[in-house]
Amino acid sequence: MEKGLIGRKLGMTQLFWDDGSRIPVTVIEAGPCFVIQKKTKNKDGYDAVQMGFDPAMEKRVTKPRRGHMKKAGQGYFKVLREIRVDEPDRFEVGQELRSDLFEIGEYVDIVGTTKGRGFAGSVKRHGFRGGRASHGSMFHRAPGSIGASAWPSHVFKGKRLPGHMGDARMTVKNLMVLGVQPERNLLIVHGAVPGHRNGIVLVREAVKR
Amino acid sequence: MNVLDMLEREQMRGDIPPFKSGDTIKVYVRIVEGQKERLQLFEGVVIRKRAGGSRTNFTVRKVSHGVGVERTFPVHSPMIDRIEVVSRGKVRRSRLFYLRALRGKKAKVKEIGRR
Repeated sequence: MEKGLIGRKLGMTQLFWDDGSRIPVTVIEAGPCFVIQKKTKNKDGYDAVQMGFDPAMEKRVTKPRRGHMKKAGQGYFKVLREIRVDEPDRFEVGQELRSDLFEIGEYVDIVGTTKGRGFAGSVKRHGFRGGRASHGSMFHRAPGSIGASAWPSHVFKGKRLPGHMGDARMTVKNLMVLGVQPERNLLIVHGAVPGHRNGIVLVREAVKR
Repeated sequence: MNVLDMLEREQMRGDIPPFKSGDTIKVYVRIVEGQKERLQLFEGVVIRKRAGGSRTNFTVRKVSHGVGVERTFPVHSPMIDRIEVVSRGKVRRSRLFYLRALRGKKAKVKEIGRR
């Protein structure tokens, strides 16, 4: 991994291809990010670069964070994220990173927080089929038997049951970059990205390509 | 302005004449067959127009050899060569799905009288 950016998901739209087909795209406001700290194997046990995104008022940042960000001399930020890099020395503290870090045609992985769905049943959460709605059926969206009385007579660990769904970190891999507009800090990628609009996402180079 | 709206505006084309539901229009569609490209004409009544920036689309209905044919096009598609408005229709609603159930003279949309 060599590069990445913090961004904000702006929403989805579509683009026309020359052959008339329409492709779904997500527009991300990526950057400008500033390098806040370089982490090295010797000092921190791993090589990484920490970036800040979204300028914040001084009084909105806690004092310890303020001191930490001051070292970069680029103001204060609401979001701090880090990406693992092979050589942190290619970056400098205070360096500005913009969406032109990426090129059209390149593949990226995008990390975000999925939309929270609250306490969801097994049909929505795990895709259980449920029963029929009518014709006297008394079985609708319940999970069914979870561990019968004689055998196995207990519920197996990891049994898929209702519970909290969403609001979890998720990575979408290998999305193609279809547009880069550094003057507007935009990155346009093919397909959907986890999270709601205005959600914070981390865009980084595809690992499996 | 909203960034998404701005991006959509860049996708939109300015050469499409304004038209509404009930209008009779001619759509010249680009058809690519192998290497060759030709234009196909689709003429009929607009029975629906869905607005939405660059995603605006519309449906045209015609009766061809006694069979009703409907085609939906994205307004800003590069596959549309051009659109010509043949006549303005006088209709009282924006979705003309009732035309599907009518045939012959009843299925005709009255033209707005020109001054």
